[in-house]
Amino acid sequence: MTGTDLTTPVVAAAHGVRRAFGDHVVLDGVDLEIRRGEFVTLLGRSGSGKSTLLRIVGGLDQGAEGDVRTGTAPAVVFQDPRLLPWRRVLDNVALGLRGPDARARSTEVLDEVGLAGRERAWPRQLSGGQRQRVALARALVREPDLLLLDEPFSALDALTRISAQQLVRRLVDVHRPAVLMVTHDVEEALLLVDRVVLVDDGRIALDEEVGVRRPRRRDDPDLVRWRTRLLGLLGVADA
Amino acid sequence: MLRALRVASPLAVVALWQLASSLGVLDPSTLASPAQLARTAWELTRSGELPHAVAVSARRAALGFALGAAVAIAAGTVVGLSRVGDAVLDPLMQMLRMLPLFGLVPLFIIWFGIQEEPKIYLVALAVVVPLYLNLVAALRGVDRDLVEVARVLRLRRAEAVRHVYLPAVLPGVLVGLRQALGLAWITLIVAEQVNAGAGLGFLVNNARDFLLTDVIVVGLLCYAALGLVTDGVVRALEWRALRWRDGGETA
Repeated sequence: MTGTDLTTPVVAAAHGVRRAFGDHVVLDGVDLEIRRGEFVTLLGRSGSGKSTLLRIVGGLDQGAEGDVRTGTAPAVVFQDPRLLPWRRVLDNVALGLRGPDARARSTEVLDEVGLAGRERAWPRQLSGGQRQRVALARALVREPDLLLLDEPFSALDALTRISAQQLVRRLVDVHRPAVLMVTHDVEEALLLVDRVVLVDDGRIALDEEVGVRRPRRRDDPDLVRWRTRLLGLLGVADA
Repeated sequence: MLRALRVASPLAVVALWQLASSLGVLDPSTLASPAQLARTAWELTRSGELPHAVAVSARRAALGFALGAAVAIAAGTVVGLSRVGDAVLDPLMQMLRMLPLFGLVPLFIIWFGIQEEPKIYLVALAVVVPLYLNLVAALRGVDRDLVEVARVLRLRRAEAVRHVYLPAVLPGVLVGLRQALGLAWITLIVAEQVNAGAGLGFLVNNARDFLLTDVIVVGLLCYAALGLVTDGVVRALEWRALRWRDGGETA
């Protein structure tokens, strides 16, 4: 599970990436590779450039210099679910899918995220956590080789967040896409991911495997040590 | 209870009106009685005069509306989606908007004569402005995040229009549509007052020359009914298209 197998194909890669908005350089000389089945998090203070890097790797930002290769089928889950409020849940998931089995596949994935029976609901009839699960289903039904998660849990309440995190980890284990997740939450990252990439001031300050066995517990001594170290690198004292 | 009251107050007014007419307080050459109006409406309908007049007026409104809506949708789409289009077309549309609509009547008569064209064009002009303004505002207000979703999901252009742009602009367009229809009828009434050889305006104008207040009021009621019908159609469209907003209905 942990430990990158170098024979696993690289799904997305960025080499020597630089991104500037006017005179303001957000990223400079960034290298990043993600392999199939790998769950990587981008950590960093706000303004560090981590979200920009996610957008570049996902092919959403065309203004970057350098060598970028995104997945052949990237999918994104944003901080807010971004569902079409005027389409029912099933139609949101099936949006833009081709093929005669599009709706059947969408129904299956909705079942996987725990929303069986809500296919005909309007997005506004769902709770925030349910909507985010629809967004996750919309991403997964495309069988992405690269799944980008842009702070996907940060708008959820504490309890909903825990179950959503467990759901994502479980689905990633089943579907095995390469995952790149941006988060502010060090503990969330350490519970979920295989590898931590810390972005600081437009550069990659750390890129390491989290070699802690699963299932992980918040009070695992190795995890606590990781946490203290990362918070130190982010310039925050661990309480 | 409240529903009954809503019906009761207009009925009371009609009853008082009838009473005043029957007692001779209200002179028929000032205003005909409700009973007389009903008789007149029936006779005009039986003779075919009223249906013909309504058909002529409705046709003018429909043609003018179609023409104006076509121009508004074409211009609004270009201006709302393209910066160049905005720079080129929007000033022209704003100029059009500032023109006094009814001040154009003499010019339209000189240009287009006194047949159907000036009336249709005047209605079209009345329809263009509110529909255009609302469409442009709605297109500019389309949620950028959803447009990005369309890109992320690799929707084709037609799919993005159908699933993202059209539903997003629909509420604004429907507001514009209601304003446009209201203005279309008002404009038609004015245009038909100025000159007409057929239609509801012709009926009303003729009646004026003979002090037939019953025919005048029947004509006005027909305009009102036509306006109610078109407003009802838009409201039905609204209900159908904006169901997702209520969220009352569960799966």
